Amino acid sequence: MLDNRGVWVYVEQNEGVIEGVSLELLGAGRKLADKLEVPLAGILLGDNVRELAEEIIFYGADEVYVVESPVLKQYRTESYMKGVILLAEKYKPEIFLYGATPNGKDVASAVATDLSTGLTADTTMLDVEVEKRLLEASRPAFGGNIMATILCKKHRPQMATVRPKVMKALERDTARTGRVIEESLEIREEDMRTKVLEIVKDVTKKSLADAHIIVCGGKGMGDERNFGLIHELAGLLGAGVGGTRDVVEAGWLSHDHQIGQTGETVTPKIYFAIGISGAIQHLVGMKNSEIIIAINKDPNAPIFGVSTYGIVGDALEVLPILIKQFKEAFHEKGGEVTHA
Amino acid sequence: MHIVVCVKQVPDTKIIKINPKTNTLDRRSAPAILNPYDAHAVQTAVSIKEAAGGEISVLSMGPPQAVDIIKKSVEIGADRGYLITDRAFAGADTLATSYALSKALDRISKEKPIDLIICGKHAIDGDTGQVGPGIARRLDIPPVTNVIEVSDINKDTRRVKIKRKIINGYELIETEMPCLLTVEKEINDIAYSPLPNMIKAARYTPIIWAVSDLEDVDRTQLGLKGSPTIVGKMFTPPKPEGGHMLDGNADDQAKQIIDILLQNKELFSVN
Ligand SMILES: Cc1cc2nc3c(=O)[nH]c(=O)nc-3n(C[C@H](O)[C@H](O)[C@H](O)COP(=O)(O)OP(=O)(O)OC[C@H]3O[C@@H](n4cnc5c(N)ncnc54)[C@H](O)[C@@H]3O)c2cc1C
Ligand SMILES: Cc1cc2nc3c(=O)[nH]c(=O)nc-3n(C[C@H](O)[C@H](O)[C@H](O)COP(=O)(O)OP(=O)(O)OC[C@H]3O[C@@H](n4cnc5c(N)ncnc54)[C@H](O)[C@@H]3O)c2cc1C
Repeated sequence: MLDNRGVWVYVEQNEGVIEGVSLELLGAGRKLADKLEVPLAGILLGDNVRELAEEIIFYGADEVYVVESPVLKQYRTESYMKGVILLAEKYKPEIFLYGATPNGKDVASAVATDLSTGLTADTTMLDVEVEKRLLEASRPAFGGNIMATILCKKHRPQMATVRPKVMKALERDTARTGRVIEESLEIREEDMRTKVLEIVKDVTKKSLADAHIIVCGGKGMGDERNFGLIHELAGLLGAGVGGTRDVVEAGWLSHDHQIGQTGETVTPKIYFAIGISGAIQHLVGMKNSEIIIAINKDPNAPIFGVSTYGIVGDALEVLPILIKQFKEAFHEKGGEVTHA
Repeated sequence: MHIVVCVKQVPDTKIIKINPKTNTLDRRSAPAILNPYDAHAVQTAVSIKEAAGGEISVLSMGPPQAVDIIKKSVEIGADRGYLITDRAFAGADTLATSYALSKALDRISKEKPIDLIICGKHAIDGDTGQVGPGIARRLDIPPVTNVIEVSDINKDTRRVKIKRKIINGYELIETEMPCLLTVEKEINDIAYSPLPNMIKAARYTPIIWAVSDLEDVDRTQLGLKGSPTIVGKMFTPPKPEGGHMLDGNADDQAKQIIDILLQNKELFSVN
C-alpha cells in the first residue's frame, strides 16, 4: 500500500471552466511532486471536457487522467465519486489534493471513506517530508493563533482539501507538454439516484471573492449603527463589505459577508481591516490581499503583523475624517467614481 | 417518516478563553453546547415532521455529558435520543467517527427504518464537514451537502427536492429517500421551544449504548486506532513582520490613506 506513487490534483470544472483553486493546487502540487521526484497529475471528470486537459498541463501537470461521460455533465457525488475511485484504485497515487469548495469537499469525503484513508480538511499550508514521503497538511486549530499539522502515516493516498486562494498558481506556460490518459466509466443515467433539476446562478450578488477593494469591519466598530461607517466607505469606493465572524454572529452582517476560515477567502488589491484583532481564523481568509490597511486602537493587535499600512487609532474618529477627505479629494479632482 | 439527526457536543468557541502562554484553547473555560449547525438540523427535522408527519430521533457520539445536547434537541422538538459512549470511541477522526455513527444508525434502523438523516454542515470545533458525507457512503445512500432548503417531500414516490448551495448560487436537486442532508445555518431560524418540550426535555433520559450494544463492529476501525489521520504537531505560525505605520493625528492618517487610494485609482472604476 505504501508503494503508491505520484501527486494528484482533483481538477474541478463547472460548465467547462476550471475553478481557480484547481489551478492553485496544480502550482502547490508541482512543488510537492518535484520534491518527491514523481509526476504531477490532474484528474478531470465531466462531459466533453477533454480539451481542458491541455490547460491543466499548461498550469503544471505532467499527466492528465480524463473520465468523460454524459452522466458527468453536472456534478453529483455518486457519479463523480465513482470516477475518482476508479482512477485512484487503478493508478494508486500517494498524495491527492482537492479544492475546499462545496463540491471538492463533498467528493473528497466520499472518496476517503471508500479508500479507507485519511482526509485533512481545509488545509492552508502544505509540505512534504521527503524521506518518509509524508504529506504535512496544516490547518488552523480551533481557538488561539495556532496551527495543527495533520499526518496520515499508514494509509495511502494521503488526501487533503485546500482552501481557495491560499496557494499560488504557476504562470500559464503553453510550451509545457504532457500525457493524457483516458478512462471510461460504466454508469448509466438510469442507475443514478440523484438528478440536478436546475442550476441557478446568483448574478445579482457579486461575490466578495471578485471584489478589487474590500472594506472589512470587526467587533471594534462597537455596534451596528457605527458599522454603517464601513458600508459608507465601501459605498464610496465601490468596494465589497466584509466582516469577522463576531460581526456576523452579532447580526450586523449576513453570513455571506464573513471573511475567514469559516467564511470566504479573498485576495483583493486593497483590504481594509477596521476594528479587527486579527485572529488566525480571520487572517487565513485575507492575508494574501495585495495591500492591507489596518485600523485598530490596540498597537499590539495581531492584524498589524499582516498589514501593509497600519493606523493605531480610534476607527470611529478616523473613518468619518477619511470619508470626508475622500469625498473632497474626488470632488477637487473632478473624479467620478463609478461603482462596480 | 423517521428522521434521524446527528448532533455533536462542542465547546462554545465564542466564550472560550485562550491560554496566553500556550496559545491554545482552554477547554475548561468553555461551556459545552449543541453544535449550532446541528440545532438547525434538528429544526429542519421539526419542520419536515410538521409538514409530512413522522418521528425524530437524534444520535450523538461523545462523552456521558453529551446527554445535555440530546436534551437540548428534545427541547427543539426531537422525540427521542441515542448516545453512543465508550472509551473505544475516543480519539476518532472523521473516518472513525462516521464508522461508529453508521453502526449506531444500523441498529436504530432495525428498530425503525430510517427515511432521512440530517447532519450539520460542520461542527464548529473540528470543523471538517466530512462526517456527514462519510456516513452517507457507509450506508450507501445519496448525500446532499450544503442544503439551504428542503422544498418538497413526496412520501409516495419517496423522492425529495432540495436546494443546495454552490459557488455563486444554488442548485435544485431531486433525490431518493433514504438520503443524508447536511444543512447550512440559513436553512431556518430556531423557533422558541414550546413549554411542553421544555418539560419533556427536563425529564428525558436518552438511550445509551456502548460498543457492545452495536452489531458487527470491527473494533480496529474505532477511535484512535481506526483513525488514519493524526495531529503531528501544533505550532504558532511565524509572526509576520508587518508593514509601515502611518503617523500623525487622525487627519494626517486619513490623508495618507487617501494618497494610497489615489495611487490605485483605477480600482474604483472597474467595470
Ligand atoms: C473554528 C473557528 C472558526 C472561526 N472562523 C472565523 C472566520 O471565518 N472569520 C473570522 O473573522 N473569525 C473566525 N473565528 C473567530 C476568530 O477566532 C475571532 O474570534 C474573530 O475573528 C474576532 O473578530 P473581531 O476581530 O471582529 O473581534 P475582536 O477579536 O473582539 O477584536 C476587536 C478589535 O477591535 C479593536 N477595537 C476596539 N474598539 C476599536 C475602535 N474604536 N477603533 C479601532 N479598533 C478598535 C480592538 O483593539 C480589537 O483588536 C473562528 C473561530 C473558531 C474557533
Ligand atoms: C485541531 C483538529 C483538527 C482536526 N483535523 C481533522 C482532519 O483534518 N481530518 C479528520 O479526519 N479529522 C480531523 N480532526 C478530528 C475531528 O474533529 C473529529 O473526527 C470529530 O469527531 C468529527 O469531525 P468534525 O468535528 O470535523 O465534524 P464535522 O464533519 O464538521 O461534523 C459535521 C456533522 O456531522 C455530525 N457529527 C460529527 N461528529 C459527530 C458526533 N460525534 N456525534 C454525532 N454527530 C456528529 C454532526 O451532524 C455535524 O454537524 C481534527 C480534530 C482537531 C481537534
